[in-house]
Amino acid sequence: MSQHFPVLIAVLPLAAALISPLLSYINRNLGKWLVLTAIGGSFISAVNVLLTVLSTGTPIHYYMGDWPAPIGIEFVLDPLNATLATLVTFVALMVGVYGTSFLADADWLKTAGYYTLYGLLTAGLAGMVITGDVFNLYVFLEISSLACYGLIALGGKKSVLAAFRYLVIGTIGASLYLLGVGYLYGITGTLNMADLAERIVPLLNSPAVYIAIGMFIVGFGIKMALFPLHGWQPDAYTFAHPAAAALIAGIMSKVPAYAILRFFFYVFGADSFVISTGLEIMGILACCGIVLGSVMAIAQQDFRRMLAYSSVAQIGYVIVGFAIGNVYGLIGAVLHIINHAFMKSTLFLTIGGVQYRYGESNIYKLGGIYSKMPATTVAMVIAAMSMIGLPPTGGFFSKWYLVLGAMETGQYLFIFIIILSSLLNAIYFFRVIEQIFIVPDAKLKEVNKPKGKLELPWQMVLPILVMGLGILALGFWNEPIVTNILNFALPEVLLR
Amino acid sequence: MTPDVIIDIRPFLAVGVSMLAALLIMFSDKKPNVREAWTLIAAFLKVTIIFSMLPAVWSGQVYEYTLFNIVDGIGFTLKTDAAGMLFAGLSSFLWVLTSFYSIGYMRGHHETHQTGYFASFAVCMSAAMGIAMAANLATFFIFFEILTLATYPLVIHKRDQEATDAGRKYLIYTLVTGQLFLAGIVFVYVVTGTTDFVAGGILSKDMAPVWVLQVVFFMMALAGMVKAGMMPFHGWLVSAMVAPTPVSALLHAVAVVKAGAFAVLRVVGYVFGPALLADIGAAQWLAWLAAFTIIVSSLIAMKQDNLKRRLAFSTVGQLSYVVLGTCILAPLSLVGAMFHIVAHATMKITLFFCAGAIFVTTHKANISEMQGIGRQMPFTMTAFTVASLGIAGMPFVVGFISKFNLAMGALQMSQPLYIAVLIASALLALSYLMPVSFMAFFKKNEHGDFQSYGEADKMMLIPLMITAIMAVVWGIMPNFGGHFFDLATMAAQSITQSWIGGAW
Amino acid sequence: MTDTLNLFLAEKGVYILTLILFFLGLYGMIMCHNYMKKLMSMNVMQVAVIFFFLCFGQKFGGTVPIFDEALPAAAMYINPLPHALMLTAIVVSLGTTGVAIALLMRIKETFGSLEEEEILRRVDE
Repeated sequence: MSQHFPVLIAVLPLAAALISPLLSYINRNLGKWLVLTAIGGSFISAVNVLLTVLSTGTPIHYYMGDWPAPIGIEFVLDPLNATLATLVTFVALMVGVYGTSFLADADWLKTAGYYTLYGLLTAGLAGMVITGDVFNLYVFLEISSLACYGLIALGGKKSVLAAFRYLVIGTIGASLYLLGVGYLYGITGTLNMADLAERIVPLLNSPAVYIAIGMFIVGFGIKMALFPLHGWQPDAYTFAHPAAAALIAGIMSKVPAYAILRFFFYVFGADSFVISTGLEIMGILACCGIVLGSVMAIAQQDFRRMLAYSSVAQIGYVIVGFAIGNVYGLIGAVLHIINHAFMKSTLFLTIGGVQYRYGESNIYKLGGIYSKMPATTVAMVIAAMSMIGLPPTGGFFSKWYLVLGAMETGQYLFIFIIILSSLLNAIYFFRVIEQIFIVPDAKLKEVNKPKGKLELPWQMVLPILVMGLGILALGFWNEPIVTNILNFALPEVLLR
Repeated sequence: MTPDVIIDIRPFLAVGVSMLAALLIMFSDKKPNVREAWTLIAAFLKVTIIFSMLPAVWSGQVYEYTLFNIVDGIGFTLKTDAAGMLFAGLSSFLWVLTSFYSIGYMRGHHETHQTGYFASFAVCMSAAMGIAMAANLATFFIFFEILTLATYPLVIHKRDQEATDAGRKYLIYTLVTGQLFLAGIVFVYVVTGTTDFVAGGILSKDMAPVWVLQVVFFMMALAGMVKAGMMPFHGWLVSAMVAPTPVSALLHAVAVVKAGAFAVLRVVGYVFGPALLADIGAAQWLAWLAAFTIIVSSLIAMKQDNLKRRLAFSTVGQLSYVVLGTCILAPLSLVGAMFHIVAHATMKITLFFCAGAIFVTTHKANISEMQGIGRQMPFTMTAFTVASLGIAGMPFVVGFISKFNLAMGALQMSQPLYIAVLIASALLALSYLMPVSFMAFFKKNEHGDFQSYGEADKMMLIPLMITAIMAVVWGIMPNFGGHFFDLATMAAQSITQSWIGGAW
Repeated sequence: MTDTLNLFLAEKGVYILTLILFFLGLYGMIMCHNYMKKLMSMNVMQVAVIFFFLCFGQKFGGTVPIFDEALPAAAMYINPLPHALMLTAIVVSLGTTGVAIALLMRIKETFGSLEEEEILRRVDE
């Protein structure tokens, strides 16, 4: 059993998602709990794999159907992606539990549809993280994207339009990636990442590799909303179903960033000229994205749209970390993927809670919400502090490593941009905080009145608090994460 | 001569006790008595913990504890060296008094949002303790930013437009400089490989070009200057006057501004070191800026009619004494600077307590309305007069000792011009504070406004009497109770040791 | 003459043609104002990618990759892997098209049109 844990991470939610419509037809709740249990099982598997990898120190290779690599598809779990798999499944579990209260009154078909898509999204994201095969990555990318289009379309009237636009752009991204894979396969004859890394070495300066790298940058750039390819994101995040928005915003755009890390540092190796040029270009784009995203975020009135623009800026941090390209930069980038998953999810969860209870997401109508929803407010404030990057929240520490890395290599532009971005973040988050604490009570009509003593159903309060306090925990315990996991996984990359 | 290190968790207990109190206060929102009990318990516990460390620190030992590593290679470490002990001891002592006082004030004034107020207050104290005892720049920065955040609710306490504007101003100043400070810290870490505070400095001239060091010094000192309200960054401090008086007392006497001054002290004495700064000449301009602030703020203070605003400008000036003393770089001026942290805290908290007591009892905030108030509130106004004399630097009040040492330090560095600044400032202080006492005691009130009022509530009166008495006691016996003068001397000696061998 | 043409087509021309097809699709997706046409252009683009894979799977002198006793050497077969991959890719593009059509039906229901200007006008209403 235990040797199958790696594959269970992706297969459990995938299988559950496919069975759940049937069960939902019998009883509305059965399908829901099946998917949630499966995601829970997937989380347990991921934790298990992570612990195994950390204790043995060697990556786990799982061969599909016992076909050894490079012929068969393999899942490779090293400390880095085992951590990310744990992160993905954990956030998925939390958001999944949170989503139940939104669908408490939905009919069986809607419940079934939602949880099927949700399970598929989780499976796709987890699969993308753990796979060691470039084509398999494409398949998982498309699984997660298709599920994501569906979940966005569930959000209501305008969301369908946002979903379609995202679908069109997203498919361009995926096709470009596939084309890039074609080039790599054409010159090396392999699809296995480890194998590819060996075979590509003599070919690194061939035009085919240049084209493939260009296609990866554009393809993944679209998927992770890297400036200037971010056009789809604001609408998609704003109109996505509030139950799923947290997962989509927190994880969906960060997994492609992880894929870039895999390709550029593990497969191609960052020391080659073309990769470092590519990273430099991406770094400059990311800087523009950080500034533009933050400025646009300041201009927004809708909390979710503001968060969407801030995501454009936050992905920039991750890319800047890659562009810095030393150990600290990469640690900062990966740490920021983890932190951002927590803080952006928390913010979407909290605003989803406000939407659930008052049907409102306009920043200027949140006056006095702190006395009505104290736990939500606490989580929101912690997450906002983390976005700004104030200690002792997690966001500070990823910024610390990024600044440290940039200082070491003397890339002062990046330091300036990171600091500027913190200040811009401060402007738009303190605007919200002012609204919450200073402005007198907004007259809000309660849409859903929670039954018990809590401000929201427990299914919502629990994830909000766990994620919110998780940000603080990430701040306090970032050092074990860095030394035990990231340091463990990253230096070998840079030694190549 | 490295002091013995005692591994002990007490520094963290001192910080943690008020953090815990803040949580408990939040949860006892509905029960004011329980809530205030938590504040008092925490205040007493904290002062006990801090002062239990005093004897060992006084005898040259150091308490140190690393809870865990903040980031790779940097510990979350608190250490009570002499300078830290001085600040921590002082703040924890004054917190007890402020707690009593603010209970009296907030109740007497029927303030709203009291839970948030007491909780932020407790967090502020934790942060101040952390700043005092932080053993390295990273730990220091964490507490520095916590202090920034925890002060924000205090600044916006009144929840009106004015408070909102003050809050914005405060955030802009502190966050911008905080980020620059962070960049400075990272620079120091990259260049030296450590962020630990070492008396005498960790940077040296061969580590970076001179202009880079100057820029980094500027970036790091800026954070301290803003928190200390030095001109031209004093705007937020005056705007923050809209906050309730105990907040002003806390902001202006104990936590925030002193934390800023303390940051300058740490940067000058423990990161750059006087030797390096004298070499690159970076401290010089900071000293001149401080001298400028001292004079100009005193002039502005004279024109203010609102008592709290006048005190605020006085604070701006007095804080610059600390910065000035630090930047003169002489051993005696360092002693003076550190002791002025104690001196100014005691005197200014008395003045603010008095202003608050007057405001709660009579609802008068302007000086021109205070004619004859001394007859109705003799104890309050006597305390006010004593503290005012102290601010002006009269002998036998605590302010004299620090100013005397500052002046001696200026002589040591043969820069007598600073002495002229000090004397001018003392005269100015007399001219803006004495009229208040004069009005209160010797002017007849023509309207008979104060007939119906008596002395302030005991909850407010007792704390302000205690601080006034302490100001006199420390003026005569500067080592009474806390050995604060000795601690200042020890810290100054250790900073200048490597440079001029501790010669006086 | 035909041989040269064939050779050129097989070596370079076919790739250039697929590339043209790909960018034709991309162009359509960006320039068309009708959402249905956008979707069809998207399919054209996906087909171009599939062609691309299939083209480099071919070689001279190779036959269908079904094992035959008479042809013992692996070199005598063409590479089956791109075909297998493209089967998956076709399924994916089918799925994408399905989702897209479902979305378009919903858009048509809500906004009564598939023309971009028309929809944008009605969204703001």
